[in-house]
Amino acid sequence: MKTFDYVRPATVSDAVKAAAEPGSAYLAAGTNLLDLMKGGVARPDRLVDISRLPGLDRIERLPDRALRIGALVRNADLAHDADFAATYPAVAEALLSGASAQLRNAATVGGNLLQRTRCAYFHDAASACNKREPGSGCDARQGENRLHAVLGWSEACIATHPSDFCVPLVALDAVVEIEGRAGPREVPLDALHRLPGDTPDHDTVLEPGDLIVALRLPAEAASFAAHARYLKLRERTSYAFAVVSAAAMLRIEGGVIRQARLALGGVAAKPWRAFLGEAVLAGATPGEDVFRRAALAELKYARPSGDNAFKVELARRILVRALTLAAAGTPERVPALPASPFSSLAGAHA
Amino acid sequence: MNFSISLTVNGIRREVALEDPRVTLLDLLRERLDLTGTKKGCDRGQCGACTILVDGRRINSCLALAISHDGADIVTIEGVAQGKELHPVQAAFIAHDGFQCGFCTPGQIMSAIGLIGEGQAGDDPERIREGMSGNLCRCGAYSGITEAVLEAQKKLAEAGSRRDAA
Repeated sequence: MKTFDYVRPATVSDAVKAAAEPGSAYLAAGTNLLDLMKGGVARPDRLVDISRLPGLDRIERLPDRALRIGALVRNADLAHDADFAATYPAVAEALLSGASAQLRNAATVGGNLLQRTRCAYFHDAASACNKREPGSGCDARQGENRLHAVLGWSEACIATHPSDFCVPLVALDAVVEIEGRAGPREVPLDALHRLPGDTPDHDTVLEPGDLIVALRLPAEAASFAAHARYLKLRERTSYAFAVVSAAAMLRIEGGVIRQARLALGGVAAKPWRAFLGEAVLAGATPGEDVFRRAALAELKYARPSGDNAFKVELARRILVRALTLAAAGTPERVPALPASPFSSLAGAHA
Repeated sequence: MNFSISLTVNGIRREVALEDPRVTLLDLLRERLDLTGTKKGCDRGQCGACTILVDGRRINSCLALAISHDGADIVTIEGVAQGKELHPVQAAFIAHDGFQCGFCTPGQIMSAIGLIGEGQAGDDPERIREGMSGNLCRCGAYSGITEAVLEAQKKLAEAGSRRDAA
C-alpha cells in the first residue's frame, strides 16, 4: 500500500475543502477503500477521515414523511432498524443479502453507494482496465466475462455495479444529498451512477470534494411495504456478489397493480431501474403472463458483452420470480437466507 | 507524520504511537501489542480470521485503519475467558469439535460472540449459518461450529436468566 497523509476534519465544510485537493479520498469505514489500496488499485495521497463527522449517523422521519438516512449509518443498523425494515422491507432484505455480518457492521450507507466494481481486471493492477487507467484498454472484453454487463455497457468497459442496497433504492426514487464546494445539492440516485461510455473512470457524477451526507426516500416509497421483495442469484448461498438480482415492489389496490417499482442488479454499471417493465405492469392484474411480458420488455435491449448471454434470460426469470413473490406478499420477517430463491422459509416459494 | 492513539484492549488501556498511518487494527494487535490470537488470513475481508469486537460489534480488523479508531474499545480472543474459565463459546467449540486445524477458530469464536450479541439469529440453524458466513473454515468444521453456536447461545441465555432471577 502506498503511504498517504491522514486528516480528520471536524466539520463537513472542512472535509469538503480537504477532499477537493487533488489526490484526496474520503475514508468512512474503509471496507472497500482499504481493500483497493492494498491491491494498489486505489492510490490516494491523502485520506480525509469523515467517520466522526457529527450528525451524519441518524435515521429521521421528515415532516413530509420522507425518510432521511445519514451517510454514516452502518448497513447493519439500517437493516435492523425495526421501523425501516417494516416500511421498506425490500431494502432491508437487499442490505442483509450483501457482504458478511462483519462488513455490514462496519460499512456505511454512503460507502455502499460508492463501492467500486468487482470486475477482476479492475482489481488486478497488471491488467488493462479503462476504469482504473483510462486508455489502457479492457482485458475483460476478451477475458473471463461471464459475470459482466448485459445492459448499458460500452466497448470501453463492461463492468457492473456491485451494490445490492442500491437496487431497491433506485426503484423507490431515492435521492442523494451532497455537500460540495458550491454548497449543498441533490441528485436522484438513478442519476448518481454513470454508464461507462468513453469515460468509465468516472463511476458517478460526483465532483472533487463532493461528500454524500444523506440519502432520502420520498414519502411515496412507504406505499409498497405489503408487496416488496429483493431476490439475488449468486454462485454460493451467502456472502457473494449478485450474478443478477431484482427488486420488485407493487402497490396493489382492488386486485389491480396501481404502481410497480422494479430494478435489476448485476447487469450494468449502475443499479438498473426497470422503467420499461414498470410500464407494462401499471393497471394490470398480477399474474405470470403480465410478469413475463414486463420482463421481456425490460430486457428487450439487453445484449451480451461476452460469455454472458445466460444473464439476459436469468434476469428475465428473476424479475418474474421477484414479481411473483412480491405479489404473494412481503414475508413477516426477512427470510433466514435473505434474497435467496432457495430459502426454505415458508412463503419463499411461490 | 506521527500519530498517537489510545485504545482499550481487553479491558486494558493502551497508548500506541503510530509512525505510519497504514497500520490496520489487525497489524497493530499482532505486531505492536503481541496479541497474535487474532489471525491474518486473507487480509482482504474475505475470510473472517481477523474478526474482533470493536465497541461491541464484530468487524474485520484487517479492513480497519488503527488511526481511525482512536478511543475504541476492543475485545480479542485473548480477552474472552475469565481467568482459567473458558468463555461459553470457547467451551462449546471444544465440546462440538468446532475446529480441526484451529487457524480460523479465534475469528469464528469472536464472530459467534458478536452474532449472539446481535440477537438476530435465534435458535434457527439456517440463520446461524447465514450469520456466520463471513468466517471461512477450510477444514470444513461448519456443522460443529453451528452446533457450538447453538449450544453456547442457549447456555448464555440460561446464565442470563439465572442472573436475572438472583
